[in-house]
Amino acid sequence: MSELFRTCPRSGLVFHKPAETLIKLNAVTAVVFLAVGGILGLLVVMTRWPAVHLLSSELFYQVLTGHGIIMLLVWIIFFEIAILYFCSSTLLRSRLATPRWAWLAYALMLGGAAITGVAILQGGSSVMMTSYVPMPAAPHFYLGLILFAVGALIGCFVFLGTLVVAKNERTYEGSIPLVTFGALTACIIAIFTIASGAIILIPTFLWSVGYISEIDPLMYRVIWWGMGHSSQQINVSAHVSVWYAIAAIVFGARPMSERVSRTAFLLYIAFLQLASAHHILVDPGVGTEWKIFNTSYAMYLAVLASMVHGLTVPGAIEVAQREKGYTNGMFEWLRKAPWGNPVFSGMFISLVGFGFLGGITGVVMGTEQINLIIHNTIYVPGHFHPTVVLGTTLAFMALTYFLVPVLFRRELFLPGWAKWQPYVFGFGTALMSLFMMGAGTLGVARRHWDMAFSGAPFSFEFGGAAYMMMGLTGIFGVVSVIGGAMFVIVVVGSLVLGKKIEDKSEYTTTRPAILPLGPAAPAHHGKGFVAPGTFVLALVFLATFVVYYFLNWMYLSSVWPMN
Amino acid sequence: MAEPVQPSGNQKEERVPVLQQILDNPFLLLFIGVVMPTVFYILWGVMEIVTIPIAN
Ligand code: HEM
Ligand SMILES: [Cu+2]
Repeated sequence: MSELFRTCPRSGLVFHKPAETLIKLNAVTAVVFLAVGGILGLLVVMTRWPAVHLLSSELFYQVLTGHGIIMLLVWIIFFEIAILYFCSSTLLRSRLATPRWAWLAYALMLGGAAITGVAILQGGSSVMMTSYVPMPAAPHFYLGLILFAVGALIGCFVFLGTLVVAKNERTYEGSIPLVTFGALTACIIAIFTIASGAIILIPTFLWSVGYISEIDPLMYRVIWWGMGHSSQQINVSAHVSVWYAIAAIVFGARPMSERVSRTAFLLYIAFLQLASAHHILVDPGVGTEWKIFNTSYAMYLAVLASMVHGLTVPGAIEVAQREKGYTNGMFEWLRKAPWGNPVFSGMFISLVGFGFLGGITGVVMGTEQINLIIHNTIYVPGHFHPTVVLGTTLAFMALTYFLVPVLFRRELFLPGWAKWQPYVFGFGTALMSLFMMGAGTLGVARRHWDMAFSGAPFSFEFGGAAYMMMGLTGIFGVVSVIGGAMFVIVVVGSLVLGKKIEDKSEYTTTRPAILPLGPAAPAHHGKGFVAPGTFVLALVFLATFVVYYFLNWMYLSSVWPMN
Repeated sequence: MAEPVQPSGNQKEERVPVLQQILDNPFLLLFIGVVMPTVFYILWGVMEIVTIPIAN
């Protein structure tokens, strides 16, 4: 069977035709869901803004369920499937294994998302994305999730199959590239994630239709978070791979050390998923040993890996920039970076936001004792919006700016908007999250329609500061939504109205040339650290972390007077 | 594709380091990535839950 390939003249990337179609389709579907989820996010944040308090309580919980599921599962995972196909077929110059199965995967995911979406719209399934039992949702709410997961699992196997095909057909020399290795990490974590999801959601589905009489709530929570938390680790692995890819695309940067970066991914594979236990820190019934082993020893190894990536990505950029002659002082390499190119700025804001806001708060929340201060407060969404919105979503947006001209052969529509979009979105999301954290530290609950507790049998009066923080959450949430809308408009506009790029690349049946071994990492001679600027940034990071960590212990001591 | 292609250079003489052998084997990595959390998180956790005595 002859396979059709084309080589993109702009980027030199080689596309297998069915893979190219599937990448485009999954990515476009993802963006459509991002738009829907963004509108729901706007409604949610306008309700939590005390002065606006937009939706009725019933609608609020319904819309919040939709926001969580559509964003966290549907947008992110459709995009990740596109990334998996890109990192296997395209980066390895290989044909995609079994495109038919990949189409089936797409159909199942779309069908599943639609079914769950309908269940949420019907109103009987406002159970939040965690759908804790014994709170019941309609059976098709679970069924849709199961179908979606089966589809994603098939996508993972298409990725693994493509790795096998590429190896057997010798499309590359040596080891798979680092970016593909990161995608493999994401794929492996996804397989565990989906297995956990199946173990708990299939019985829950059977319970909802009456075949099983009862599901133990603690059992549900433990296994559900095997899925819920691990799926965030798919995102982390995927967006770290995107960082490496963008560093290579924009700067021609080579990883500082392939071995160190790959070992860091190996730490993810072995340890990252164990940190799921941080969601169970206040649950009785599972022992302290289990909690501490999983959230301390194991989690810190995974955090270490993230810090390695957070250091080597800017480090590699710094080395590449210094080779180009930006050697003045500590930070000329960074000042002279292409800040007007959204591919770069999006990626860099993602890196900084993920590390400083998402990472530091994650370690704080994962510490059993100080977790108690903020458990189930709005601090929690204040932590994970920097990870999954600033980190993952913005990294994917940045990659999209690169992929639109390459895949769709169209120039970006409204390039001025594209240039500003990462800043608007990054700024809005970062400040919204900071104010959520502030409000959470003051005790404002997450998933709560009315912080004034009007008409509740036990009332509680929050101080003015908490109200002000929630008001600012609302204002910057709107800024964040504006940034998201700019992205959707630029992308959809480019596909429909973008100027066509003259590109003579044709599909041919010629087998693409073998992917050569990457150039070895530059040998470092001479004295001193090769990336001093990055080293300083890392020190700033550590100092921030230590100060914030101890501040939280101080808060704890004031909650329970111990002095 | 009958004859074995020798990748560039003198890789034949060099022994591939153990770490690299692990990193180059996706299915071994898959095994690690599924077994670790299954044993330490799921099985251990579930065992603790099922051994909670039932109140009467
Ligand atoms: C576009 C701007 C966004 C805004 C303004 C926004 C706003 C919010 C707010 C205010 C909450 C907390 C509601 C509460 O607990 O009472 C929330 C929850 C949440 N958001 Fe967002 N969000 C945005 C984007 C995203 C994105 C891109 C993702 C995922 C990729 C996401 C995932 C979630 C999840 C998973 C929840 C938790 C739902 C739950 O508690 O069940 N959000 N969002
Ligand atoms: Cu988690």
